[in-house]
Formats: sequence, C-alpha cells, structure tokens
Amino acid sequence: MATLILLSAFMISIVALLFFIIAMTKGWLDPGGRGAYVIFARDEVGRVEDPAATPQERNALQEESGKVPATDEAALEARADADRSTSTVTFVFLGCAVVWLVAGSLAGLTASLKMHWPDWLGAYEWLTFGRIRTLHLNIVAYGWTPMAGLGVAIWLLPRLLKTRLVGGNFALLGAILWNAGLIAGLGAIAVGFSDGMEWLEMPWQVDLLLVAGGALIAIPLILTLRARQAEHIYVSVWYMGAALFWFPVLYLVGNLPGVHFGVQQAATNWWFGHNVLGLFYTPIALGTIYYFLPKVLGTPVRSYALSMLGFWTLAFFYGQVGAHHLIGGPVPSWLITLSTVQSMMMIIPVLAFSVNMYLTMKGRMRALLHSPTLRFVAFGGLAYMASSVQGSFEALRSVNTITHFTQYTVGHAHLGMYAFIAMALFGGIYFIMPRVMGREWPYPRLILAHFWLAVIGVSIYFVSLTIGGWLQGLAMLDAARPFMDSVTVTLPYLKARSVGGLLMTLGHFVFGAHFIAMVLGLGPARESPPVFRDLDAGHA
Amino acid sequence: MKSEKPLIAGAITMVAVAGLLLVAIPYIQLKDVGPPEGLHPYTAAQQRGRDEYISQGCMYCHSQQPRDRRQAPDGERGWGRPSVAGDYYYDKPHLLGTMRTGPDLLNIGARQPSADWQLGHLFQPRAYVPGSIMPPYAFLFDVKDRAEPGERVVALPPSAVPAGKVVVAQPRALDLAAYLLSLDRTYPILKSERP
Repeated sequence: MATLILLSAFMISIVALLFFIIAMTKGWLDPGGRGAYVIFARDEVGRVEDPAATPQERNALQEESGKVPATDEAALEARADADRSTSTVTFVFLGCAVVWLVAGSLAGLTASLKMHWPDWLGAYEWLTFGRIRTLHLNIVAYGWTPMAGLGVAIWLLPRLLKTRLVGGNFALLGAILWNAGLIAGLGAIAVGFSDGMEWLEMPWQVDLLLVAGGALIAIPLILTLRARQAEHIYVSVWYMGAALFWFPVLYLVGNLPGVHFGVQQAATNWWFGHNVLGLFYTPIALGTIYYFLPKVLGTPVRSYALSMLGFWTLAFFYGQVGAHHLIGGPVPSWLITLSTVQSMMMIIPVLAFSVNMYLTMKGRMRALLHSPTLRFVAFGGLAYMASSVQGSFEALRSVNTITHFTQYTVGHAHLGMYAFIAMALFGGIYFIMPRVMGREWPYPRLILAHFWLAVIGVSIYFVSLTIGGWLQGLAMLDAARPFMDSVTVTLPYLKARSVGGLLMTLGHFVFGAHFIAMVLGLGPARESPPVFRDLDAGHA
Repeated sequence: MKSEKPLIAGAITMVAVAGLLLVAIPYIQLKDVGPPEGLHPYTAAQQRGRDEYISQGCMYCHSQQPRDRRQAPDGERGWGRPSVAGDYYYDKPHLLGTMRTGPDLLNIGARQPSADWQLGHLFQPRAYVPGSIMPPYAFLFDVKDRAEPGERVVALPPSAVPAGKVVVAQPRALDLAAYLLSLDRTYPILKSERP
C-alpha cells in the first residue's frame, strides 16, 4: 500500500506540473496578459511609489525610472479612499505587531544567552530555557508575524480590489480575541501549562480563541472580495487569501484534542509545524513582496504567468514536506520519502518566484539606493530563495543525518522566519505607515539603522549557527568522540549567535521607537499631508 | 484570474491532499499498532513526572528517538536500539523531539538507573557533567538546615551544597526522576514491529 500511495502522489505531482507548464506557455494562467497591471492605475506604469522615502530619495527613484507619466486623478483618489478605509484596522494590527516584536526579541535574546551562561537567572522558573525559548517562539509565531502579516494583508486587499474595506470591525474583534488568546497562552506556558508539542504549546482552550479570531479576521477578506471593483484578482490576493483560509484549518486539525496519538501525532505535529510556515507566513510574505516590489519600481512583474505557477506549485508541494522533520524517526518510511521528494520539488516555486523578481528588478538595481521599502523587501525575497533552497537540501537524508538535532536547523529557521518573512513585512510596514498616519517617518536615518542592524545581526546569527550546527552534527556522528564534544564545539558559535541576536534586538528597539515617534507626532514634520499626497502624485 | 472560485477550490484541494497524506493515512496505518510486550503503562508518579518534563520544556533539548546504526551511532552511545511506533503506545503527547543539545533520553532509565544521580543532576548538572549547558532545576528542590521526617534528602557532591545545609527534593522533582527512570525501551521487539 505504501508504494501505491507514494507512486500516486508522485504521478499527481508530475501530471500537475506538466499541466501548469503547458498552461503557462499557452497563456491560460493569464488570459490577455494584463494581470500584472492591476496594481497600477491607467497610465501609471513608470511612476514610482515609496512613502517611506524622503523627497530627495523619491526624486532620485523617479529619475531611475525615467518618464513621469500623466496622472489619472480619479483612480488615485479612489486608491486614497481605499487606504483611508483600512487605516484604523491596519494601525491596530501593526501596533500590536511592534509590541510583540520587541517582547519576542527580548525573550529570544534571553534564551540565547542562557545557552552559554546556563546558570544566569537560573533561580527563576518561568525564565528557565525550556520556557523562555517557547515564549520566544510563540510570541514571534503567533504575535509579531501574524499581526504584521495580517495588518499588511488587510491594508493591501482594498487597494488591490479597488474598493473600500468591508467588515473591518470583524477584523478588529478578531484581533482582540487573537491577542487575548495569545496573552493567556503565553501566561500558561510561563507557569508551565503546555500541550507539549512544538508550535502547538498553547492549551487547547486558548487555541479556540485563536481559531475564532483568525476566522473573524478572514471575514473582511470575503466581504471585500465580493465588493471588488477590480476586474482581475491580483496574485498577492491569491497568496494572502489562501493563507487566511489555510491557517484556521491547519490550527484546528493540529490541535484536535484526544484524536492524535504517539508517532501519528508526531507526523501531524510536523504537518502543522511546517505548514504554518509554508501555507501561512510564506504566502503572506510572498504576497507582500509581489505587491511592493513592482509598486515601488513602478513596473509590473515580468511574468505574471510565472507568479501563478509559483502559487500553485507552492500550495501543492509545501503542504507535504512536514515529515522531513522526522527523518530517521520511528515513522513509516514512505512518509519520509514523500516529504523528502516534495521538499526537493519546492525548488520549482522558489525558482519561479526568484527568476520573476530578478527579471523585474533587472536594470533597476540602483533603485535599492533610494527606496527604504525596496531594500527590505528585496532582501526578504533573496532570503526566501536562500532559505528555501537550503531547506530542500536539508531534507535529503545524507545532509539531514548531519544537521538534524543540531543548531543548524535553528539557523535555517531564522533565515526563513526572519531574513525572509520579517524583513519583507518590515518593508511593507515602512511603506504603509505613512499612508495610515498621513505623515512621513520623522527620522529617515533610523530606517537605515534598523535595516543594517537587522541585516548584520541576522547574518552573524545565520552564519554562526550554520557552522556551529554542522560541527555539532559531525561530532555527534563520530562514535569515537564523547557526546560532550558536540556541546563544547558549539559554544563559541552560540556566543556569536547572541551577538547577532543582540544586534537584531537593537534594530527592533530602533524600529519600535521610530514607530512610537511617528504615531505620537514627535520629531520633525517634514511635510504636511496635502503636500505629501501631491508630491506622491508626481508634481514634485 | 477574474473569479475567486478556482482559488477557493484549489486552496481546499491542496490542504486536503496534504492532510490526507500526512495526517489521515498515517492515522489509519498506525491506529492498530499495539504496545510491545515489554512496555508498561506509566504509573501515576511517572505520568506526573512526564507532565513536569513537558512543563519544564525538556523536549526542546532532548530527543526520544534513537536512530538506526546505519544512519548514526546512537546505539554505540548507549542510547538504545532504533525505536518503533509501538514504543510510544502510552505517550500522549508524543515527545520525539527535534534537538540534541543534550543526549537522547528514550533509554535514560536503563543507562543511568540511579535516582540520586538523576536528582542531583537536575539540581546542578555541572556538579556531575563538567561543561554541561543544561539549566539548573534548583527550584524543584528546597535548601534547608535539616530535613523533616519523610523528606527525600539528595546526596550531592559536597561542592554543590551550601555549607551546613541539606537539599531536599520537592514532590515534582521526585516525580520527574521517576519518569526519567521509567524511560527504558531496552526490551526486544519483533521484526514485524519494525516500520
């Protein structure tokens, strides 16, 4: 039977892939070839947009792009109206996200320091490594990332569907339930009530709040989709809409009390654990990049069909890779084979995305010098390619034998969750907040400081754990070396990781302070809102 | 695409296929796997200790799944034979783990059967394993002038105890040690039980 399951899964994969390739070459995926233009008003292609940039930067950015086209005032007014309809809801989500980001960073840094100073704060039970590490994961996985991602998604939807947000109050209620659930769940973990499974620690009573909150947040998506004026549903809506649907399903199945058992529960655990990444965070972050990258540049994505191919292959392959977390474990071997092969197949959506973004940016690389949003978003896109390709190879048995159970995996996880997803979302937030507040970021230099602290921090983090984890794995595989060798060999790398984590945390303090300054109206007001809009409309 | 229908249909199909392959089929395949003959249910104290293990997050640094010697020398390290699905019959939730910051613990009870060692090591790991980076769990113990009747005094290396004091284990430390000592899957398994 196992062979049959495997064989049919692979046959379906191959047939589906052939179908998509044919569909792409025949143009079925993008009839008329106008899909990529949805994000622009008539005659707007060529006009750059980055509210996070200073006027000088914006002029330079426009010069890179060339011609300043005429403005379709009515379309821009409609877009401003769409932006106004989301400002309150978006503000609430992003505000929560920033608070969780700072809290999550401090928890992560504490856990990191404890790995090489094990007796530090050792007397406090709630700060013991097993809890503070779990608090870090849950804060960033259920606080920062979804709040930021959903905030960006809710802001983007009306823009892309060319209408006002419908049912925003459902999302506000959803955010309240979600955050209340998260606070309760974190409290539970801190005092020691945990369901005991990675990514699913929060007690099921709390999970109900998150499922209900998530479902409420999805309601405005459906209502706004039905009220749409746009003829075409842009690919970002595909990614984000699917993510909003997938999350409650995954979370519910993963948490079903009393159903899962033993090894089967482990398979479900990692089906959830990897899908929350692949079918929730990743599509939201990709949807973010698919909008902001072409929007800042004022040019449509190079191949819209390729973006659709990327979407469907991601949806298919990503869902089946979870069991690669159990290679060598006591699970049926067909499951491991399936996940390993589908992990390799993930190279297809990753290449589809990366090639597309590269071709879109080709000849416009200098725009990175002028646009803060683009810097974050492009870095995120690059990290997506790096982390995904790395993940595919990590799923190979030969590589996994060394890297499994080591810090290497932790480095990989941060390349994905931080260098890719968090960076893409930072870019989105820098673009969005001036629209939400009707005011520019008061201190442009702080954006630059945040960017470099994050980039340098996560680079140190990733490189040190990658090397340290690899050496740890080699030491563990050598039966002639005592186990303690695999511990001592990682120590310098764990210390380096703390330095990287410290820089990232500092970056988040800079970001948080800048966010507060903007919201409270502190700092120089460099432009009044009307001028701001005019400038943006190309009259500068 | 002009319509949202392919999106909705596709999204449902994709997550259903994934759920079928990674959740439903393993469920059907594994639901009839029984416990091996040598495996016993956890006692109340062991189960409480298991809950303490979860509460303290031990599984974030310790796996419970020795691998086959063809893949890794887990057996040579004394971690035990490769585990099978039946070994986890009484495990709810599963604690397979994904990290080996510390060693695999599926057979720690067989490898280190001394309750004194387990308790003392929990109190201060570095008193037993120099260079260990395991957190100290001293908050599961009380340091007192003298023990009350019925209290379990932990035999520790003199350097780990403050002068003139004794260290007694709280009930949850005793439960945790009982769970660790119960981790022993060294009984033989049939070839048919291998996955």
